[in-house]
Amino acid sequence: MDVILLQLLNGLDKGGAYALIALGLTIIFGTLGVVNFAHGALFMLGAFCAVSVQALLTISKKVKDESIKFFDAYKEIPYLEAWWGDTGAMIIDYAVPISILIAIPLMLLIGLGMERGLIRYFYKRPHAEQILVTFGLAIVVQELIKAQFGANPIPTPAPEVIAGSANVGLWVGLGESVVYPWWRLIYLAFAGVVIASAFAFLNLTTYGMVVRAGMADRETVGLLGINIQRRFTIVFGMAAVIAGLAGVMYTPILPPDYHMGMDFLVLSFVVVVVGGMGSLGGAVLAGFVLGILQSFASMNEVKSILPGIDQIIIYLIAVVILLVRPRGLLGRKGVMES
Amino acid sequence: MMFAGLSRNDKLLFAGFTIAALAMPLLAWPVGANYPDLLQKFAIYGIFAIGFNILFGLTGYLSFGHAAFLGVGSYAAVWMFKGVTMNVIPAVIFGVLVSGMFAALIGFISLRRSGIYFSILTLAFAQMSYNLAYSVLTPITNGETGLQLSQDDARVLDRMFTEQTAGLPSTNLFGLEMSGYPGFYFCCVLLIIAFFIALRIQRSPFGMMLRAIKTNQVRMNYTGFNTRPYALTAFIISGMYAGLAGSLLAVTDPLAGAERMQWTASGEVVLMTILGGAGTLIGPILGAGLIKYFENIFSSYNDGLLAESFSFLPDFLNDTLVFVIGPFVGEGWSLLLGIVFMAIVIFLPGGLMEGLARIHGWYRRRGQGDTGRNVAKQAAE
Repeated sequence: MDVILLQLLNGLDKGGAYALIALGLTIIFGTLGVVNFAHGALFMLGAFCAVSVQALLTISKKVKDESIKFFDAYKEIPYLEAWWGDTGAMIIDYAVPISILIAIPLMLLIGLGMERGLIRYFYKRPHAEQILVTFGLAIVVQELIKAQFGANPIPTPAPEVIAGSANVGLWVGLGESVVYPWWRLIYLAFAGVVIASAFAFLNLTTYGMVVRAGMADRETVGLLGINIQRRFTIVFGMAAVIAGLAGVMYTPILPPDYHMGMDFLVLSFVVVVVGGMGSLGGAVLAGFVLGILQSFASMNEVKSILPGIDQIIIYLIAVVILLVRPRGLLGRKGVMES
Repeated sequence: MMFAGLSRNDKLLFAGFTIAALAMPLLAWPVGANYPDLLQKFAIYGIFAIGFNILFGLTGYLSFGHAAFLGVGSYAAVWMFKGVTMNVIPAVIFGVLVSGMFAALIGFISLRRSGIYFSILTLAFAQMSYNLAYSVLTPITNGETGLQLSQDDARVLDRMFTEQTAGLPSTNLFGLEMSGYPGFYFCCVLLIIAFFIALRIQRSPFGMMLRAIKTNQVRMNYTGFNTRPYALTAFIISGMYAGLAGSLLAVTDPLAGAERMQWTASGEVVLMTILGGAGTLIGPILGAGLIKYFENIFSSYNDGLLAESFSFLPDFLNDTLVFVIGPFVGEGWSLLLGIVFMAIVIFLPGGLMEGLARIHGWYRRRGQGDTGRNVAKQAAE
């Protein structure tokens, strides 16, 4: 029981990341009809927002270390700490939450720039060319990040207060054996909130209603005198923000490096396909389901029966789904079925 | 017989290609690429790209998992070296056959879907193979270390004729060692054969069918053709090309690792084909050669070398140039590749071959324009 709960949490956690990226991917596909292979790069850019914020906050000056008397020793003290003492230290400690505030406008700008600067020229071109050009863009972004930040993962810890683990087992009456890092729980809740607000935006606001109408029949909405293109552009920006936030929040779990985007992209694409191209609910559902299945497949009990299953389960499910139900779990009939 | 049904242009093209391929050491000499290791890579990746082009350029299916076949070909060839003989002929044949069968299996499933679903299915299969090669299949693939020759391999056939020698044996073609120029010429001959087969496919009714599938699959189905067997055949042929390339990689360096199957490797062959020009005969080979050449040149550069090669310039110019070009060489070579690739997809979707065709057309039109004007001038006089 303990193990199952733990794996369930692990799966939900991983699933949260998949679901957030896949949600953005499928929003972009549903609105603009573009297959965005650079979406993983947006996730990675979000993560590196956190890295940059941390680097900015910890810009340091050299001061003489008074505690060492035998020789002249110097230590680096961040300016923030030098100016504001403990408050400054606390700000540095909260680098990751702070970078969320910075990531939102930044990712929005990047998303808008990407759509206006590149993607819009590819609406009319075949899917293969869309894949290729965004693939090229992903390589370029990845290499730029590598040139700037190097190839090694950069640790960006969560704030001190929540660095420990929560006693999840006690909450559900399983005793003290199940502990789980606080940050991962927060990540899970965060993913839920972001997904819920994206759905609320699309389903409960007039703006979202127009966007959904545009997804269903772009031409008619255009004929009603609505500038649907502009709305779609903004939606693209939102998808970029969602991917970026997923990246920012993921940094304490996985120290970001330049190829994390590509790693997640391949899986997220599989998630989108399993959920159904263009289906928002499908992407979220498939994200969590695949995440949970993956973490259960990596249990030793399962592995001893089916060796290697943890490595391939996601792809295997994708293959089965594509062959049996090509429109995906929640895909609408007739959307990209061939 | 061999050339029956080929037009005069095609015969010329083939003759020209053969001469160019055989003379590659000479042609590559002015650009400093005339050493066998690099030339072998040109030929091998040329074969890989020709094969990929049969599927993508001709039939219109964008596979994002083609490196899986390359990897399988490599593994099969190394196993042949380990188990039977160091002679390269059985290894190459075995590599091609195994990857052909592997392609038949994957193609049979993947080709039930087209478009982006096909791309993702092939990607999924390639990632599965890669992950399995790293983990569970370690007895076959030797996991992270990669499959290598060792002293106590069986090598049944070799043992029957020769005594075991100290040190690892090297690959050979009936005694001729497959390293350096002999190795290159072995690959080169296979490249020429591969090119010839691709040429025949492109000009055959079968090739016409493949192009029809690319143009409008739905219409083909309505006219009563079952397109799937044709697409599957193209997929298998293309997989066998990849297997050939993979086993040649093992011939020139008897070592096979799982990273050959990773999806970045699949992406590389897509880059090569697009860069040169998908759907053309020469384009993919050109793209493969260019990418391998520049990868080799640029990735060995660093700021110091760069400063040295611009040392004839005044200091401030030298510094600026190093500053501007520096990020794109050495480690940053992939950045340059990504930018060039994006530029090609955006401005020149037909690749370099389309660029050449455009320049050619522009010259011809200008020439015609001139004669036209001259005629008008004469008439006016």
